[in-house]
Amino acid sequence: MIALLVLLCLILLVIVVIQIGRISEVAGMIRGEEDIERDSNYWNSRLGLVFMVLFLLASVGSAIYYKNYMLGYGPHEAASIHGLAMDQLFNMTLFFTGIVFIITQIILFWFAYKYRGVKGQRALHISHDNKLEVIWTAIPAVVMAILVVFGLNTWNEIMQDIDPDGDHIEIEMTAYQFGWIARYPGADGVFGARDYQQITGRNPLGQVWEDPANHDDMHTNEIVLPVNRQVKFRLTARDVLHSFFLPHFRVKMDCVPGTPTFFVFTPTKTTEEYRRELSKYAEYQVREDPNDPTSPMLWETFNYELACAELCGTGHFSMRMIVRVVEEAEYKAWLENQSSYYLTSIRNTDFDPFKGMEIEIDELSEASEGGDEEEETDLSDYDELEAEAEGSGSLSEVNTNID
Amino acid sequence: MAQTQVAVQDVTDQLIEKYGYDDHFHDHHDGDKYQSNFITHYVFSMDHKMIAKQFLITGMFWAFIGGLLSLVFRLQLGFPAEDMAWLKPFFGKWIVLNDAGVGTLSPEFYYAMVTMHGTILVFFVLTAGLSGTFSNLLIPLQIGARDMASPFLNMLSYWFFFLAGAVLFFSLFLSTGAFSGGWVAYPPLSALPQAASGSGAGMTLWLLSLTLFVVSVLLGGINYVSTILNMRTKGLSMWRLPLTIWAFLVTAIIGLLSFPVLVSGFLLLFFDRSVGTSFYLSEIYIGGQALDHVGGSPILYQHLFWFLGHPEVYIIILPAMGIVSEVLAIHSRKPIFGYKAMVFSILAIGFLSFLVWAHHMFVSGINPYMAMIFVLFTLIIAVPSAVKVFNWLATLYGGSIRFNSANLFAIGFVSMFISGGLTGIFLGNSAIDIQLHDTYFVVAHFHIVMGVAAFFGLFAGVYHWFPKMYGRFMNEFLGKVHFWFTLIGAYLIFWPMHYLGIAGVPRRYYSFDNFESFAHFGGMNQFITIAAVLVFIVQLIFVINFFYSIWYGRKVKVKNPWGATTLEWTTPIKPGHGNWPGKIPTIHRWSYDYSKDGRDFISQIEPLSEEEKKTAHH
Repeated sequence: MIALLVLLCLILLVIVVIQIGRISEVAGMIRGEEDIERDSNYWNSRLGLVFMVLFLLASVGSAIYYKNYMLGYGPHEAASIHGLAMDQLFNMTLFFTGIVFIITQIILFWFAYKYRGVKGQRALHISHDNKLEVIWTAIPAVVMAILVVFGLNTWNEIMQDIDPDGDHIEIEMTAYQFGWIARYPGADGVFGARDYQQITGRNPLGQVWEDPANHDDMHTNEIVLPVNRQVKFRLTARDVLHSFFLPHFRVKMDCVPGTPTFFVFTPTKTTEEYRRELSKYAEYQVREDPNDPTSPMLWETFNYELACAELCGTGHFSMRMIVRVVEEAEYKAWLENQSSYYLTSIRNTDFDPFKGMEIEIDELSEASEGGDEEEETDLSDYDELEAEAEGSGSLSEVNTNID
Repeated sequence: MAQTQVAVQDVTDQLIEKYGYDDHFHDHHDGDKYQSNFITHYVFSMDHKMIAKQFLITGMFWAFIGGLLSLVFRLQLGFPAEDMAWLKPFFGKWIVLNDAGVGTLSPEFYYAMVTMHGTILVFFVLTAGLSGTFSNLLIPLQIGARDMASPFLNMLSYWFFFLAGAVLFFSLFLSTGAFSGGWVAYPPLSALPQAASGSGAGMTLWLLSLTLFVVSVLLGGINYVSTILNMRTKGLSMWRLPLTIWAFLVTAIIGLLSFPVLVSGFLLLFFDRSVGTSFYLSEIYIGGQALDHVGGSPILYQHLFWFLGHPEVYIIILPAMGIVSEVLAIHSRKPIFGYKAMVFSILAIGFLSFLVWAHHMFVSGINPYMAMIFVLFTLIIAVPSAVKVFNWLATLYGGSIRFNSANLFAIGFVSMFISGGLTGIFLGNSAIDIQLHDTYFVVAHFHIVMGVAAFFGLFAGVYHWFPKMYGRFMNEFLGKVHFWFTLIGAYLIFWPMHYLGIAGVPRRYYSFDNFESFAHFGGMNQFITIAAVLVFIVQLIFVINFFYSIWYGRKVKVKNPWGATTLEWTTPIKPGHGNWPGKIPTIHRWSYDYSKDGRDFISQIEPLSEEEKKTAHH
């Protein structure tokens, strides 16, 4: 039935279009081709002008209307140090391109209008003008040079590894179809070794339990960050490519199976602070459910979010994790409340190589420096990372990235 | 007017007779041998003009399919809560009905549609349909050759393209679905059948189809290059070529250099899929199983892919630029402004297109220091592109512009190219790209600058050279309706996407409901979907106009209806095999003598006057 309707509509469209075409053809024959052409020049050149004016108004107007969603404006100001620099660069580019956009669109449709064909008019024979051409080669070249210099400066700042003297935290993120596992290194500050061959439902990261550094590592179902402290995210994927995307912090980096990557940044606003800022904007002063006056305001429920930005399969659109930025004290309290994955899920089960043995979590990780279990676990990149010792900050730390 | 046209026509014949070069082509009756019956004339044709039409009509078929697929996924994005049960008769099991009988589009199918839309539009429509059509039609006609260097390879080129299309079309009907990993087909998603149902047989057929397609491009490209370099008629030096030919030449060279790299990437991917190698795979745990692959890198594939992938966007846009340069000049009755600068910018764009591929990979895990060189070269490309825009604007200056459909689309092209090109400056800067990469900003950028703009070039070319292809005009009124609605509609579709992208909304999302940050744009997505449906319907006007005009369009009564200087308009209204019935014309001047010395135009076959010889520098 629907197919028939669609077919009927199509046939109707064909007939209408053909009839319109024939009428216009007949009119052309009666009035003469040249007449028609001049008429067409008259109307279409004016249409062009109208289009140009409306188009420019619409593009500038819509940009102003949506400015609260644009980088560096309104409530969506970057919540990280490097994000502010990035937003500045965006605005600088917007400034230059905006000027060029408006001027060239005006010239295009203005020239088309002004030099429309009219009876008895002859075009000029101008083939080139070297001086003019040199000028309009040089100007874009200079503008591009400015953008390259500022752009690369910003880029190099962003891509710095951790500040070796600074006080930073590290979190390891593992992406899989379709979710994230966050791992905090625990009291020893060291991530335990991993071997992808040992991944099971019980051991989702393939942690090598013989490695005592693993014993205090924690898996969390949200990311909690202390405000104003540098954080280094070590990124990896278990199956296919994913991308670690934190829109509010202007952070994006692919997670690549077999190739660790990282991203370092410093969040500058706690979730609470960000909510307070949002509360100033009309867009967020509405109820979450417009029909329910008791539901919370949009700004009250705001959360930083982690999304996947690299197509990874049918559940790509659902890889969400909440990121909370909190004050240092709250972070410490939260961290203390987390328990080690080993202790909660592995300890004294059949998977525990130390089953029945007495071990002490905190001290054991210290003792591992001279431990003899090390050799058994040289299966993954994490051993190399670990061997370099935490916080050395050398550029070669994640060799695949910065060598 | 009609009188003078006839007189001009006679002059053309006289000039060819007087100065032409007699290659005794028609003494051999080759023309008849090549197209003696229906099969050799319409199907396995070796006549470049017929092959051009084959490419064009096949391209239109694929544009229709590709556009239709985009409407399907646009429906999902614009109206995710609506009942889709009415699509069940068309898509069967991919529309999932719940107990209440409300249908939803399955995510697998959504991703397959997105992937097929990209593959079809990039390769089958804008590469084969655009470059295939106009390179084939115009190269021999504009350089004064009887046909391509190898008509047989030319025929094979079309049929490999056809075969590639047939394979891909078949893959749409697989029970596991067509390939669904995005048109870039990044492994491991594309390498592992466990990763997505489309990565099984769908991916195998996708690889096969694209490999056949590359064969087609290479056969065509080698023909275009050798024809342009070797078969130009007497007097046609490189500096006298129309810009169309320059564009086709550089396009073909880029294709010849970059497509083989893509095939090598595909070959390794094929090995990873079927032979158990680990070029792109390492340390993967999927489907409850740890795979044996160790040591490969998915990033290697991205390098190989984008080494083609980036030049590919210039393969798409350069022919459109060439067509637009030609159409703008002819219908403004002016020489193209800064001819040499235009040629050098084509060459510069062609060269630089090989040095920018990693700007697609700034956040893919490559060494950050690598971004330095790629940011630099990417933004340098903006310079020749800007020069081209300024030269087009200067071409309009002082003209006597005809507002017919062809020229309207050429003007629209310039507008689109400006709008889309400028957003490339944001994305080319790696620092900004961190935020905008893989968001709707990218979707907006490339759809405007290489999707819509290339389509505008294609339309300009079709309206302009339709009289040469079929001996009839397309309907002007319908053409203008088509233009205005497409221009406005295309901006309505893609302009709002910039704002989505700036807000961080990622592309290739089946639904935005899961994220507070992305869920606010329901209204905008609806708006975009409605605009897309309308623009698609407007394209049907073009299709109807096209086919109606083939048989019933207004007849072309003079050889050179646009008053153009180039050689294709010195052939008979419906040129037969071999293009010129007698001698091949020879060339005496460059291709842009418009409004010179008080004359409307001077054909390339007209010898220089005594006056001109004294001052000539062309």
